[in-house]
Parts: sequence; structure tokens; C-alpha cells
Amino acid sequence: MAAGAPMGAGTSSHIYEGNAPRLMAPSWIFIGFFLLAPVIMMAVYSFLTKEFRGGVIWEFSLAAYDQFFFDRGLFGDEPPSIEWTYIGIFWRSIWQAGLATFVCLLIGFPTAWFIATRDPQSRSIWLFLVTIPYWVNLLIRTVSMKFLIRDTGPLNEFLLQVGVIGEPLGLINTNFAVQLGLFYSYLPFMVLPIYAAVERYDFALSEAAADLYSGAWTTLRLIILPVVKPGIIAGCILVFVPSLGAFLAPDLLGGAKTFMIGSLIEEQFKGNAGNWPFGAAASMILLTIVLCILLVYARNQNKTEIR
Amino acid sequence: MASVTDLRRFPGFLAITLTCLVVLYAPLIVVAVYSFNASTSITNWGGFSLTWYVDVFTGPDAPKFQRAAINSLIIAVCAAVAATSIATAAAVAMTRAGRFKGKTLSFALINLPLMVPEVVTAVASLVFFSAIGFTTGLLTILVAHIVFCIPFAYLPISARMQSIPDTYEQAAMDLYATPRQAFTMVLLPLMTPGILSGFLLAFIISLDDFLITNFVKGAGVETLPTAIFGSVKQGIKPNIMAISTLMLGVSIVFVSLSWLIGRTGQNKK
Amino acid sequence: MASQDIAVSVDQVVKHYGNFTALHGVSLDIRESEFFTLLGPSGCGKTTLLRAIAGFESVSEGHILLKGEDLTGLPPHQRPVNTVFQQYALFPHMTVLENVMFGLLRKGWSKVEAVRRGQDVLDLVQLAEFAKRKPTQLSGGQQQRVALARALAPRPEVLLLDEPLSALDLKLRQSVRSELKALQRETGIAFIFVTHDQEEALTMSDRIAVMSNGRVQQIGSPKEIYEAPVNRFVADFVGETNLLDVEIASIDGGTASVVLPGGTPFTCPAATVLDPGRGHLSARPERIRITAPGDAHLDAVVTGHTYLGTDIQLQVRLSDGEVMSVRLQNSETTSVPEVGQTIGLQLEEGAARLLAD
Repeated sequence: MAAGAPMGAGTSSHIYEGNAPRLMAPSWIFIGFFLLAPVIMMAVYSFLTKEFRGGVIWEFSLAAYDQFFFDRGLFGDEPPSIEWTYIGIFWRSIWQAGLATFVCLLIGFPTAWFIATRDPQSRSIWLFLVTIPYWVNLLIRTVSMKFLIRDTGPLNEFLLQVGVIGEPLGLINTNFAVQLGLFYSYLPFMVLPIYAAVERYDFALSEAAADLYSGAWTTLRLIILPVVKPGIIAGCILVFVPSLGAFLAPDLLGGAKTFMIGSLIEEQFKGNAGNWPFGAAASMILLTIVLCILLVYARNQNKTEIR
Repeated sequence: MASVTDLRRFPGFLAITLTCLVVLYAPLIVVAVYSFNASTSITNWGGFSLTWYVDVFTGPDAPKFQRAAINSLIIAVCAAVAATSIATAAAVAMTRAGRFKGKTLSFALINLPLMVPEVVTAVASLVFFSAIGFTTGLLTILVAHIVFCIPFAYLPISARMQSIPDTYEQAAMDLYATPRQAFTMVLLPLMTPGILSGFLLAFIISLDDFLITNFVKGAGVETLPTAIFGSVKQGIKPNIMAISTLMLGVSIVFVSLSWLIGRTGQNKK
Repeated sequence: MASQDIAVSVDQVVKHYGNFTALHGVSLDIRESEFFTLLGPSGCGKTTLLRAIAGFESVSEGHILLKGEDLTGLPPHQRPVNTVFQQYALFPHMTVLENVMFGLLRKGWSKVEAVRRGQDVLDLVQLAEFAKRKPTQLSGGQQQRVALARALAPRPEVLLLDEPLSALDLKLRQSVRSELKALQRETGIAFIFVTHDQEEALTMSDRIAVMSNGRVQQIGSPKEIYEAPVNRFVADFVGETNLLDVEIASIDGGTASVVLPGGTPFTCPAATVLDPGRGHLSARPERIRITAPGDAHLDAVVTGHTYLGTDIQLQVRLSDGEVMSVRLQNSETTSVPEVGQTIGLQLEEGAARLLAD
């Protein structure tokens, strides 16, 4: 190295400065080529013409989006009116995911609070207990739930024998079953970020509130909830986003009436009845919704966190 | 007595937590119990027996599930190794290379697999792989798994690296270590707990995946989840419960392992 | 050649961080076997300079020479200098001995020799029996000594110490000071010590460079720095002082005639570069005597006392409203004036100095 020249990478306080491109290259190649490129391709496909046995014809067409939003009658010659079928499926999915998020919050917050206020020793054990199910295969969890609650399953058998009910509850293939499945799948995603927020919560704030004549529930509403709000919002997003595109819970636990986005998209790519451009269009709409939510979240995050 | 002045306690929170645990564990426990059922009819208890475990290994479906289990294991090990290596390199770049061009974009890219809904990733992969004619079964599944395992491996590794002050490497360099020696002799040993938990997380996530695998797998290639799903579509048979219980056991072993590693990692700090 | 007994020569070093300039053309020479301190408030550039010598920061302009050889462009691992880090940075996965041997092995020492040297250095810092422990099993003071041993083991040309005492508690810090000084004498290695603590600097150093805003304000022995500060910043930062706004009547060489706030003329030593006009007179609180009002240098009213144990500090107000403090030794014979009482203040000749801004 020439004397007097600006010092090279080795003398910087970031000792691997200059190596970043080399170190990042594998991530760029893998994710760029096998995820970003497919998603872009999907976006392109949503504007192509469908081929009848699955696949596409390379001809620009808005037919997929038209089919999603408008009804032009059986032969496509009637004046367009709003097609409610697919919007309805999306709406129902959003509603289902929203409700699941709400239920997870209602149960998850007290659970997270309870765990975070234990002494450090038992805290990690409680946390461990709550997270184990998350590590168990999602398919197996969902199948287990199906087994438990179906009409001839142990739950109904037990209740029938005890005599609480006269006939099976008919839980399976209902919205309730789907809710139960979503709750079961994603509850830890709600508990963990709230737990992290409560663990950092300074209990002197509660003491100050109590000192200023606030009751326990008022303190919860006016002090605790606003302070741990970042954890709550993170939890809500972590539950809502995967619930929206969930496939296993609605497919295994729900029926025809609980059809959600995941199944709608899946149908378009399986077997011969598929319509790839339409499935691609539905995927793009789902992706847009999710990215919008994440974007709004990221914006707010940047505003509240001063870096 | 729970005193009025304990500001940490809210009535009913314990009950909710316990309810929560019951809901989380009841299905798993019930399935585990019924997997030891001697009766062929699934719901009636016919006494304790290992019939269905024997069936899993020797029954008519045994070859199919064994093949699927081996596939799952091969894919999970390879995907976890690859994803962990890629994520480690990325974490070093993100935490130790200062600012570089495209850093924010790189961060977004690493996290992209977490942001795109799974079903979208699944169909996009299917469309893309069939367009480029890459449909060789196992290898296709492996590539897809590596991609979505990268962010899961990255998270614990980069968290660990952020907690290691860079004065350690500076001290090493001050004591005549080259940058490469500073990495292998100081940084790498300190990163190990993070790398191990990243590996375990990636392994479990790969083993867990059903949706993406189901789309990109070629005809005739099965992993354990797709095989189980296919079988469940024709009704829940007792051998499925035995397989599920076995997988449950594997999962619990793994989570305990990663929990212990996490603890030693914290103590070492 | 005179440069032969110079260990490190810093020559017109400039360091920019984007728009911010951390070092504005700093020049200084550190002699062989010298305990040299860089003293200044946080953000003054002292740590940046130390890191530039170690090789962790590049310099934008200028050169750093070690025994006459230009270090510019050499990465840290090729510089024969070692650092004691602020938080020690002891490798937590290695034992104490492994830590101490690390640099020796990188330099190519054989394992046997490295072990021997490592044990010798641990002996030197009285930690021989802790060689097999992990750093986390040691107390803060012991860790500090391991860091010292690790940096001394390869026999560096210069040892760099980045606020090494700041992580220790007060009592320990005081005892470590004398140990550190003794160690420096014993090894004969030049130490460059960075601190913001003026007491540390005064008690340990052979010479001190006081830095502020990326510039060296003054270089000198502790006594010179304390008793003959060149400007307001140095007088104010090192020790406590009263700065009186005075009119300069005349100035000649190193002596000035000034008019004190009450109108009394006063002759005092002055810093060199000064123009007639108004200036600041620095008077240390312990170099002021209390007399009867009237014929003293200054008349003042006592506004309060502070009990400091060894001393008693008086707060007084001059007729023009300026506030000063005066220290009295706490003893049976000291008579402490009452609050509200008018007293005379006599400035010790030679101890009060006229300063540049």
C-alpha cells in the first residue's frame, strides 16, 4: 500500500468493510432468483391469457382482473356489474383473519402479561410451555384439532357420555372450527412480542398511576396498554398476515362455506380446472394487501422510534 | 393473600393463561394418547398397545412414509445447512461491514420470504419452476426450502452478532491477528450459539413446511407433511396418529435443545 | 538525531467524518519511556487520535510516525502497538492465559515460549494463579490487569490505553493508578493514556496534552498545565478556577499590568499571545487569602459556605456582581467569615495568570 494513500479496508473500524458484496451475494442470488423473480413472473402472468389445461398464452389480457371484479353474465355479453363472489371470499378472509387476531389478542395479552410478571425462573418455563406447540408441525397440530373436535371425535364422545349434550356439537366444517384452527396456529406469534414489551415495562409507571388515584383497570387502559402498544401491534400483524393467506386451517377444519383466499388461489393451480392468470391475479391482490399493511406498519415504526 | 397493592396482578389472567395452555395442548395430548389405542375403531379406547407404531414401520404404508421421512430429513438437513451458511455471511455483512450500497435493500430482500404470504410463494415458485423447466422433485423442493429458511436462520444469528461488541475483533487485530484470523478465532466462536439456534430454527421450519412443498414437488415425490396430508384427505387413520406422535417427540427434543443452547449463549455473554 | 528518542510522532493529523472534523491538524511528539496523557472532555478527539495511532481509524491528512517510520496505510495487525480497551474486550471464550498468549502466537512465537512469556507477564500483574480461569470469572480490577498483561505481552513499542480505569469503582481506581504508573516505569514502554479525568492525568503523567474540539490546547508537565495554563479552556478544565474579567493596562513579554474589578492595579504573569484590551484573570480558589476589607486586591461579600471535608469553600460576590469561590483549609485555626460579612481578598502574586480566550 502506498504511503500517504487513504487507508484501506483493513484499517477501518468495520473490519469487513468492502467485503459486503461478496458476503451478500448468496442471499441476493437465492432470494432474488428463487423468490423475487417468481413473484415478478406471477405479476406478469396475471396480465396474460389463460390456457385451458393450466398455464398461460403470452397475450396481454385484463381478463383475470375483470373476472375477479366484474360479472358479465354467462356468455360475457351482458353489461358489467360488480362480481361479489371473489370480493366476498376476500372479505370473508379478512374478516376471519381479523377475528382470529382479535381473539388471539384477547387471550394472548393476559397470557403474555401473566408470564412476564412471574419471577425470572418460572418465567422461562411458562414461556417454554407456550412456545412448544409452535415448534410442532403445523399440519399435525391442525390434524390433531380436527381429530379432537369432529363429530365422532373424543370431545363429542366425552360430552355425550357425560350427558351434557344429546347429539354431537357439529363443530367441524364451521367458522368456529376455522377460528379455533387459526387461533391454535398463530397464538404464539401474539404472545411473544407482547411478552417482550411487557418485560421491558417499567412498573414504576403503574406505581405512579396508583399513587395518583388510578385503579388497576384504569391503569391498564390509560398507562399499560399505550406503553406496550408497539408489542401489541407487532403481535397483531404477525397473526393477521399469515391468517389471511392461511390454507391448512380452512382446508382441513372448514367446509365449503368457510372457503378462504388460500384455497381459492390453490384451486387455480391444481389439476385441470385451474386458471393460472386468475390465480396469479388473486395472489397479486393478496400480496398487495399484505404489503400495504406492512408498509403502514413500517412507516409508523420509523416515526415512533427515533434512531 | 394476594394483596391489593400488587400492581402486577389482574384477576382472571391466570385462568386465561391456563385455558390457553389447555387449548394448545389438548389436541396434541389426545392424539398422543389415542396413538396407543389397541382398537381399530379410532375413537373407542381398546386398551394400551403399540400396534400402530409397529404398523408405521412394517405396515402396508410403511415404505411410503419411510421414503417420505427420509426425503424430509435430507431436505431439512441440506436446507438448514445451506440457509445457515448464507445467513451467516449475510449477518456478517449487515453487522460488520459498515454502510454499503444497497444495505437497506439487502435487509428487505432477506426478510422478503417472511413478508410474502406462504400461499403466494408456493404458487409463484410453481409457476416459475415450471416455466424454467426445473422440476426435478427433491432438488426443487430443496431450493424452495433454502429460500424461506434464510430469514429464520438470519434472525438469531444477527441478533447474536449485534450483542457482540466489535472491540473483540479490534482487540484481535491489535494483537496481530489478520482479519481472517480475527473472524475464525474470535468472532466465529462467539457467534456459535446464534448459528446453532439459527440452524435449528431453519431445520424445524423446513421440516414443518407443507404448502410450498406441496406445490413445487414433482409427481411421486413426497415429504412427510405432504404424505400425511394426502393420507388425512381420506380420513384420519390410527397410523397417522402414531406418526404425528413421533414427530411431536422429535419437535420437543429439538425445542428443548435450542432452549438449552439459548441459555448457555446468554450465560456466556 | 533528536528524533531517536521520540516514540510516536503525530504530524498535522486531520480526521473528517463526513462534514464533521474530529481532528484539526494535530501535531505532537511522544518520547520514549514516557507516560503521556491525552486529556479532554468527551468529543474532543482524544479517542479518535488514539484509534488512529492503533490503526482503527484512517487519517484524512497528515502522518503518524512510529520511531521515525510512517504507519499510514498499515492495518492494526501490522502495527507494533497494543491497546488496552475501555471495556477490556477480553475474549470470553478463552482463558486468561490464552488471552495473554493470543498476540504472541499471532506474531509467530512458539507455543512453549508464548506460555512462558504469558506466565511472566501474568506474574508482573500478580495474576499468575488465575491463568486457567475465564475472564468472566474475574473481578473488574483483575480483568483490567489481564487486559494490561495481554497488551504488554508482545512487548509493543507503545502501549495505548483508552480510559482503562473508567469501568472501575472509585476506590479501586485510585490504587490502580499507582500500580499502572509503577508498571510503566518497570517496563520502560511509552504509554499513551486517554482520559477525561483531570485527577488521573495529573497524578500519573509525565506530560499531558489537553485537547478540545479536535485541537491540542496545551502540552506540558502536570505542574505546567495546572499552574501555567495557556488559555481559559485549560484553566477551567484542569482544576477549578475563578475567571475575572479585567482591563489590561499594559503587557510586556510574560508580564501584564491589569486593573481588577474594584479598580486596584495588579501585576501578573501572562500567556504570550495577548493584545491589550480586556482579558481574563485566572485565580485558583486555594491561592486566594482572606484579609480585612479596604486595602486588599478585591472587596467581596460572603454569600455562602460549602463544607467539603478537607476544605471549606466560600462563595463570595464582588461589588460588580461577579461571583467567585475561595477555598480555606479546614482546621481549628481557620476562622470562617459569616454569610453577609464583607471581606478582603488577596490574590497570591504569581499564581494568578492573565489568559487568552
